[in-house]
Amino acid sequence: MIRRVAVTGIGVIAAPGRTREAFWNSLRDGRSAIRPMTLVPEGALRFQNAAEVPDYRACDFLDGKEADLLDRFAQFALIAAREAVVDSGLAITPELGSRMAVVTGTSTGGQTSEDREFQSLYAEGASRIHPLTILRTMANAGTSCIAREYGITGPCYTVSTACASATHAIGQAFWMVRNGLVNAAIAGGSEAPFSLGFLKAWEAMRIVAPDTCRPFSRDRKGLILGEGAAMLVLEPLENAQARGARIWGEIAGFGMSSDAHHPTQPLAEGAARAMRAALQDAGIEPAAIGYINAHGTGTQANDVTEAQAIREVFGAHADRLAVSSTKSVHGHTLGAAGALEAAATLMALDQGLIPPTVNFTESDPACELDVVPNEARAAHIEWALSNSFAFGGLNAVLAFRRI
Amino acid sequence: MSDQLIERVIEVIAKTQHVPAESITIDKSFAELKIDSLDGMNILFAVESEFDISIPDDQAAAIKSVRDMVEGIEKLVTAKQAAQLG
Repeated sequence: MIRRVAVTGIGVIAAPGRTREAFWNSLRDGRSAIRPMTLVPEGALRFQNAAEVPDYRACDFLDGKEADLLDRFAQFALIAAREAVVDSGLAITPELGSRMAVVTGTSTGGQTSEDREFQSLYAEGASRIHPLTILRTMANAGTSCIAREYGITGPCYTVSTACASATHAIGQAFWMVRNGLVNAAIAGGSEAPFSLGFLKAWEAMRIVAPDTCRPFSRDRKGLILGEGAAMLVLEPLENAQARGARIWGEIAGFGMSSDAHHPTQPLAEGAARAMRAALQDAGIEPAAIGYINAHGTGTQANDVTEAQAIREVFGAHADRLAVSSTKSVHGHTLGAAGALEAAATLMALDQGLIPPTVNFTESDPACELDVVPNEARAAHIEWALSNSFAFGGLNAVLAFRRI
Repeated sequence: MSDQLIERVIEVIAKTQHVPAESITIDKSFAELKIDSLDGMNILFAVESEFDISIPDDQAAAIKSVRDMVEGIEKLVTAKQAAQLG
């Protein structure tokens, strides 16, 4: 049983917007949400800027007990899932819940809670730490709270593949719905990377930009970290149409590959194989693609390798493709990145508008592509890809179709 | 550039790379020594600890050989000593 899979709900909380609509408006208007950090002490790091969810207070979204139990990353997951489910209009009965999946991605899970508790133990003389620390830090906390919220009792789990986590998660959920293993799914990713300890580890890697994120730009200096979550509601297209649901678009293909090469240096061939696998899974030729939401981190290595991979897969068609990196607006949200970018890609297809690569100054001959610089572009696109390439050389690509 | 400084830098590189110090000389490039970007990060971290200095990212990116590394450290160490005396 192979079914077409529709996305009927999207929920987002991220730096450019605390709702799906606010997020899209920032992407559409090319308003970058990269600002001076507030969550760690000023001057503690070599870099100062990040994409934080502005003025986030858990109590604005969750009741006291929920907020206590959940680390910031899992709070984001639940908030985004609620918006997605409301958006879908799907009535999750116990019967449907038993035939539903939840698959979320996160790179680092509840490390802000761990950092806070360990600090109290190692530096502040505490002799015990909070009894909810294990439950807050576990990487599956987002999936578990979403499953509890809606009584979803089918396959529920979490995928952790660094910066490709959410794309792997959505891809797994897509395959389960397509193959009839479940009748609907909630899938996406969430991340909250802003603890001093974790940021110090990024600082030591020397790949965070001191200024801002400028993907594919000659003067790019690295990535900018971001936080947030996005969740999608997936269901068989036929069911969605039968109940008259609003359909954002179709997930039509998913491809994965591993570089088996190097912990940090990406391999164009690995990225190319993941894109080819997604195209093959969707049953389309490369020339059908009109837009790629790039992994586009703004690091020297990623952008050059990704451009090489795109040229390898698309040949001359690469010059007719629009390729933008919305990380220039929402930052690199690690395990949530693929979900924010899937949401961006679906809304781009739906709205007929390609979100730009902002902060772009001049093109780099080493990664020259049509990156839709600085301003959104109206375009009727039928097919799009969203790329995610992780540290550790793990690649995941989704193919989307306009409905 | 003192011999002692060169020796200390080579020691740090050798230890980080898990290779004998004799295999490293001042004239070798990182490429010749098979030091990639990830190894480079590790070496910078170890060198910062050894000399109690902080190497800025833009300066770090320009270090492509043992000589670049020693020269960069010499400047930072001299600046630190000057600051302490001043």
